[in-house]
Amino acid sequence: MLQKLYDWIDDRIDITPLWRDIADHEVPEHVNPAHHFSAFVYCFGGLTFFVTVIQILSGMFLTMYYVPDIENAWKSVYYLQTEVAHGQIVRGMHHWGASVVIVMIFLHTLRVFFQGAYKKPRELNWMVGVLLFFCMLGLGFTGYLLPWDNKAYFATQVGLEIAEQVPFIGEQIKILLAGDAHIVGAQTLTRFFAIHVFFLPAALFGLMAVHFLLIRKQGISGPL
Amino acid sequence: MHKGKGMKFVGDSRISADKKPNMPKDYSEYPGRTEAFWPNFLLKEWLVGAVFLIGFLCVTIAHPSPLEGMADPTNASYIPLPDWYFLFLYELLKYKFASGPYILFGILLIPGLAFGGLLLAPFLDKGPGRRPHQRPIAVGMMLLAVASVMWLTYESAEHVDWEARAEANKPVASVEIDKEAPGYKVFESNCMSCHGDSLQGGAAAPSLIGIDRSADEIMKIAQEGTGSMPPGVFKGTDKELKQLAEFIVSVNEEAK
Repeated sequence: MLQKLYDWIDDRIDITPLWRDIADHEVPEHVNPAHHFSAFVYCFGGLTFFVTVIQILSGMFLTMYYVPDIENAWKSVYYLQTEVAHGQIVRGMHHWGASVVIVMIFLHTLRVFFQGAYKKPRELNWMVGVLLFFCMLGLGFTGYLLPWDNKAYFATQVGLEIAEQVPFIGEQIKILLAGDAHIVGAQTLTRFFAIHVFFLPAALFGLMAVHFLLIRKQGISGPL
Repeated sequence: MHKGKGMKFVGDSRISADKKPNMPKDYSEYPGRTEAFWPNFLLKEWLVGAVFLIGFLCVTIAHPSPLEGMADPTNASYIPLPDWYFLFLYELLKYKFASGPYILFGILLIPGLAFGGLLLAPFLDKGPGRRPHQRPIAVGMMLLAVASVMWLTYESAEHVDWEARAEANKPVASVEIDKEAPGYKVFESNCMSCHGDSLQGGAAAPSLIGIDRSADEIMKIAQEGTGSMPPGVFKGTDKELKQLAEFIVSVNEEAK
C-alpha cells in the first residue's frame, strides 16, 4: 500500500533522487559514538537541532493561547500556566528549552573550535554557525519580555538602555526595537513578539538550511 | 542518466520516464567502519534523542517555569536581572573600566572584539594545523574567553538570592472581593489606608491575600500589631473585629 503510494508519486514527480540525496550520507567511524565513546562530542550539533525543533513545536502551541498585548499578555501566560491542561508542561518545555539550546550551541561551538574544524574549506560554515548563535541569543532576549512579568519588563528596559548608549545609531536602534524613544510599553511588546515569532525564526531557518547544506556538501571534518 | 535523443517524459511534463532504483548507497568500501545514516545511524540517534527527551521532560515537570507578577512599570524598587546567559555581559558593565565614562568599552569594544573574533576566527587562525597544540594563541584566547564568561556569570549569580527573589515577586492570585460584605466595611475604615482597597498591600503594608493565619491570629494582629504595624490600629467593637477577621479569612480561602 505504502509502496504503491510511493510509486504513484514517484511516477509523476520522480522523488527518488531527492529522497536518496536526503537519506544517503555516510557516518564516518570517528564521529560515531557506537564505535568510539569520546565521539559523543559530535552529538551537540544534533542535540541543538533537536532542541530547536522542540522550541518551534512548543512555541507554536504557546501562540494558541498567548496574546501579545500589555493588558492580556501576562494574564494569558498565567492562564496557560495554571488553568490549561498540560499548559505548564508546554510552557516549561519552551522555557527550559531556551536555556538548553544555548548550552548545546555553546558546547557545539567549543567542539568545532577546539578541533579546528572551521579551517579551510569550512570558513563559511563557521560564520553561518556564529550567526546562528547570535540569532539564538536574539531569540532569548526577545522571548524574555513576552510573559510581561516584572523580570521581563525591567530586564528589557535595561537592555534597551544599553542599546541606546551606542554612539550615533543608539537612539534609532532603541526606537526600532521599542517603538518609542522613552516608553517600554504596548509597542515594545508587539515588536518583540514580531521579532521573536517571525523575523528571527525566518533568519534562523534560512541560516540552518545553509548550515546543513554546507555540511552535506563538504562532509564532516576528518579525525584529528 | 539518459541524454540526448530518445528521452522519454511523463506526459507533457519534464519528469523523466526512466525509473531510478531506490537503493541505498554502498558504504562497504569506505574507510574504517563507516555506517549509512539512513536507516542504521538514525535509529541509534533516535534512541539517544528519546533518552534525552525523557530527561528533559522530567526537568520540565519537576521545575515549573517561573512567572513573576504582572509587569508594573511604576515599581521603582525592582532590581532587574537578565536571563542567565546574559548575566556575563551585565556583570561586565559593573567594572570601572566598562562603565561610566568608559561605558563604550563595556557595551561595544569588549563584546565587539570577543564576538567579532569568534565570527572571524577562521581568518585570524589561518595556519594549516588543526590540533589545539598547533595553534596555541587561538586556543589560549578561547580558553581565556570561556573562563571570563564563566567567572562573570558566577560573580553575577552568586550575590542573588534566587529563592527570595522568586518568593517576593510571585504572582498574586486575583480574587473577587465582595465590597458589600460587612467585614469589608470594617476593613475600609480601619485597614484600607495601608493595605489597599483590594487587600493588595502598598508601600506601608503587605498584601493580605495569600497569608496563612487563623481568624484569632488576625484579630490579635489587628489589635496588637506585628512587625512595623503599631498596636491599636483597629478601632471598633469586638463584633466588628470578628467580622473583619472572618472576612479576611474568607478572602484567603477563595484565593487558594
